[in-house]
Amino acid sequence: MDDAATLNIVVLVKYVPDTQFDRQLDSGTYTTDRSESILSELDEYAVEAALQLIEARGGAKAGNKVIALTMGPAPAVNAVKKALQLGATEGVHLVDDALAGSDAAGTSLALAAAIRRLGPVDLVIAGMSSTDGETSLVPAQLAERLGLPQVTFAASLQVEDSTVTARRDGERQAETVQAQLPALVSVTDQINEPRYPNFKGIIAAKKKKITELALADLGLEPAQVGAAGAWTAVLSAEPRPARSQGIIITDEGDAGIKLVDFLASRKLL
Amino acid sequence: MTDTARILVFIDNLAGALHKVQHELLTLARSLGEPVAAVGGVPDEALLAELGSHGVATVYRPAADLEDSLVAPKAAFLANAVRAAAPSAVLLENGFGGKEIAARLGIKLSSGVITDAVAVAPDLSVTKSVFAGAYTVVAKVTTGTPVITVKPNTIEAAAAGTGGVPQVVEVDPGDPGPAARIIERSPKPATGRPELSEARVVVAGGRGVDGDFGPIEELADALGGAVGASRAATDAGWIEHSAQVGQTGTTVSPQLYISAGISGAIQQKAGMQTAQVIVAVNKDPDSPVFEIADFGIVGDLFKVLPQAAEEIRKRKG
Repeated sequence: MDDAATLNIVVLVKYVPDTQFDRQLDSGTYTTDRSESILSELDEYAVEAALQLIEARGGAKAGNKVIALTMGPAPAVNAVKKALQLGATEGVHLVDDALAGSDAAGTSLALAAAIRRLGPVDLVIAGMSSTDGETSLVPAQLAERLGLPQVTFAASLQVEDSTVTARRDGERQAETVQAQLPALVSVTDQINEPRYPNFKGIIAAKKKKITELALADLGLEPAQVGAAGAWTAVLSAEPRPARSQGIIITDEGDAGIKLVDFLASRKLL
Repeated sequence: MTDTARILVFIDNLAGALHKVQHELLTLARSLGEPVAAVGGVPDEALLAELGSHGVATVYRPAADLEDSLVAPKAAFLANAVRAAAPSAVLLENGFGGKEIAARLGIKLSSGVITDAVAVAPDLSVTKSVFAGAYTVVAKVTTGTPVITVKPNTIEAAAAGTGGVPQVVEVDPGDPGPAARIIERSPKPATGRPELSEARVVVAGGRGVDGDFGPIEELADALGGAVGASRAATDAGWIEHSAQVGQTGTTVSPQLYISAGISGAIQQKAGMQTAQVIVAVNKDPDSPVFEIADFGIVGDLFKVLPQAAEEIRKRKG
């Protein structure tokens, strides 16, 4: 940390297909169709967590920073703009045609390079997963590449001096987890209630700086990222056959028995 | 691939008995080649015997205890175990911890990682679902040693029944770098029910239970299943958050999923539509959940579920 009293936080934000609608893979490239996209709902919790941490330390006026970082094609900048409206202090958009088709390894390589370029960072905060790829690999791979400890699935978060403490709620046990800063944290949808952008925030966001970075700015070669640099490949993708509607009955007093008959017929008892 | 290809399974505990998912991983490993295992400490005799019964001839363990911390030391040790065993693939559990270890391992080994596998073919191509089951994708690791995390309930576990006691090989635990530590654990009271992510049967309740999970729990217990909930039910505080099924909770692929009092919005369907059989009970005949149910009942869950539980107990004697 450059100064114990202020925090430099990077929040990872992603522009993803809206989960309210059917989602598509483009045929041919097997990449995600992003035509109906929004800021990933799960990233709003990460932005909120970052804002709460800096507000407790006097906010942007006191020198604290929340930098919203995204990687993706031109429209992905909308995820950064939304974060700026909510209160992030500046934005970074990593955009380069060669990044298309990056897997987790390529994505984490490019994000790590971008974060190193931002100078000393105390915390990198991410959502619990993207709502599209759903692999949850990128935060852990980013932590590995940056040599950071990772505190994942935080349902609560405190930063005191140079220590981050989080509570995780597992199926078998609840855990309190601690790491020294700098660290990477991912937060769940239990951690807070994300705010909505207000008029003042929307106006203020228009004046905030968004830095565009290309691969060359990061010292990376096109062959290291994108489909060319991927360590995994999709061989085929088929829409899952729609589940057909089965038998629907209306309870006439014996539906519980009929349910058990059905289970028995499928050998599920 | 030859018969001698080794498949390394990471076993994230030191004492027997193995969990159901670990039996599944070892069974899968045996179908792909010669299974070997890596454990993060000193395995007890029961664990070694169980690994032996799966045909595991070699178990790798760290030469010194790993720190009581999260994924980083396990990933560092496992990378060295992979270097020692030179396997053709590494298999891990698909939970949060397994995925995070896999993620770090992939970077350490410059190897591709594929999560959420539902099948792994002899050529190590992996079948998985994406967009919460809307697509089935076949993917392959193209660089390094494939690191694959496998979903529960996708393989029928079976012991080989032929093995002896495995040989234990010590490897350098490696340097984990800065790691997060667990400073406090509070175990949850045992419910006697299986874990949600691994359960063969899940009975889940939503808004329609109106605060009372009694009928859900009763039917789950009659079937030996786990209890799940929609986000509406966990947000209302009717049941703890860890019971949530769906996009922001646990994704389940049980043999049987019974949904009661849940309308079936896309985010809820997301967590369960790869279940083999779906049963839905809802008062509203227009609930979207009926579109994907194999068996649907338009009715009152407070009547239907207790009647079904009673009938199951009667038939089971």
